[in-house]
Amino acid sequence: MAVARVATGRGVARRRSLVGWGFIGPFLTVFALVFLAPIGYAIYLSLFRNRLIGGNSFVGLDNYTQALQDSEFWSALGRVTLFLAVQVPIMLFLALLVALAIDSGRLYGKGFFRVAIFLPYAVPAVVATLMWGFMYGTRFGLIGNVNEALGVTLPDPLSPDLVLASIGNIVTWEFVGYNMLIFYSALRVVPVSLYEAAEIDGASQVRIIRAIKLPAIRGALVIATIFSVIGSFQLFNEPAILQDLAPNAITTYFTPNLYAYSLSFSGQQYNYSAAVAIVMAVVTMVIAYVVQLRGMRRES
Amino acid sequence: MTTSVRTPPAESRSARAPLRSAARRGRRRSLTLTVLTGIVLVYSLIPLVWLLINSTKTQAGLLDSFGLWFDGDFALFSNIADTFTYDDGIYLRWLGNTLLYVLVGAGGATFLAVLGGYGLAKFDFPGKRAVFAVVIGAVAVPGTALAVPTFLMFSRMGLTNTPWAVIIPSLVTPFGLYLMWTFAMEAIPDELIEAARVDGASEFGTFFRICLPLLAPGIVTVLLFSMVATWNNYFLPLIMLKNPDWYPLTVGLNAWNEQAQTAGGEPVFNLIITGSLLTILPLLAAFLLLQRYWQSGLAAGSVKQ
Repeated sequence: MAVARVATGRGVARRRSLVGWGFIGPFLTVFALVFLAPIGYAIYLSLFRNRLIGGNSFVGLDNYTQALQDSEFWSALGRVTLFLAVQVPIMLFLALLVALAIDSGRLYGKGFFRVAIFLPYAVPAVVATLMWGFMYGTRFGLIGNVNEALGVTLPDPLSPDLVLASIGNIVTWEFVGYNMLIFYSALRVVPVSLYEAAEIDGASQVRIIRAIKLPAIRGALVIATIFSVIGSFQLFNEPAILQDLAPNAITTYFTPNLYAYSLSFSGQQYNYSAAVAIVMAVVTMVIAYVVQLRGMRRES
Repeated sequence: MTTSVRTPPAESRSARAPLRSAARRGRRRSLTLTVLTGIVLVYSLIPLVWLLINSTKTQAGLLDSFGLWFDGDFALFSNIADTFTYDDGIYLRWLGNTLLYVLVGAGGATFLAVLGGYGLAKFDFPGKRAVFAVVIGAVAVPGTALAVPTFLMFSRMGLTNTPWAVIIPSLVTPFGLYLMWTFAMEAIPDELIEAARVDGASEFGTFFRICLPLLAPGIVTVLLFSMVATWNNYFLPLIMLKNPDWYPLTVGLNAWNEQAQTAGGEPVFNLIITGSLLTILPLLAAFLLLQRYWQSGLAAGSVKQ
């Protein structure tokens, strides 16, 4: 979408000059330093291996073949894929429902809804995870309170079986409002006259949503899906912070990022860690690209 | 818009046109829908309410009272005082660091995004399409995948364990650039720049004196979102900083939690909870106070999606 629009070339006076570089130059300089250089450096690192004997040596693609045969890496990738397949649809569906409800104009106090549901986005992942982690906990958490009050034993959200779902809940809580706002902003751009005309023609609300609203915000849906895919594959903060509260449930290779982090900072295996990071970047980009292609194809 | 919906005759439309938005707002309200959406509202607010309630409890009160109601003694103010003075006032130091990172990092990021977005929206220059492809592609690269190589690179440059290691990577926000670019395309008429040019204004003079005010809602939006990103940043400072004196609040709070979870460590859960509350208050306040700006900024950003 973005690239296509450049081609229409709506520059001032449509004259090609270098003035534009003066404006974009500072951004690109820092961008090169913090995006392009590390990518290049990571690729370089991933081609070497540091051995106790012989020091740093070029090993070609050995680190990559090792990563592809690494069961811990695959288990991490499998876990975030499962997370992606379950959490992202739930979160986006919930966000879409709320956006449609607010946009319908049938809520009492819709401004309050919009802002209040968005607020968790402003809460740092660290605070969100600590809050939920404490609430999940048995020591002074709500689960402990309920167990005590009702004399029951609820399943422990921080047990190995449930911890992924518990993280899914934290992430959903953090981002439902953000996605809702993206959808809502897109919905507001749809001309009201379209709905009114459809209503006059006797179209039901469900039909209006399916025939007018959803197609109109397809771009926003695609963007939100891509961001969520990237977010799922990057999953790090929540499991890393929960690790202190649930040390038995969260392994050092719980997510690919946590694995890359542990390899680097606990294991000093910088080269192998770089290879793992690059494999993950490629997987993420491929999936984000597929989502975008599918979204765009349906649009045309 | 390929729908089978017909547009009603022009006469009936124009007669009601001024009432259009009023009619939409005044549509009959639904209690059922409000209650259903209220479930999501409760879900969104419960943890915040929990945090607020529990920041009024002492360490002992946290352990014996019900999580969603107050304990006998109201210890909020002593908790706040303790948070600020614990460990020689390290919390205040972290707060200062966070403010520094937000001010320089998010401020700089916004400045670069506004400048670049304007350049992309209003100028045609050789290599523009390549710039786009690279920047949009970069959005898909997981930021955390870059963290380890960035750390190694910065450590070679001697930047790790200094504020620069946190600030420099915060200066780039591809999403902000995208938002400013779409916003500048809509908000600034080409004719205006043309006119300024005819009057002999320099390109940068035109930008700062004429265009910048028009970009205000977009700027506030990008500023707010980069502020959130910087204020909430955890992974980057976690790997870049070893010295607790440079920690931002997020890393500091987690350090307190690690200490509290360690056997033999001093349990300071009341301070973690009060510290968390104090950490989120400024951002919640900023979002609430600046609603009007960022909501219009976001809406404009989504026009073209």
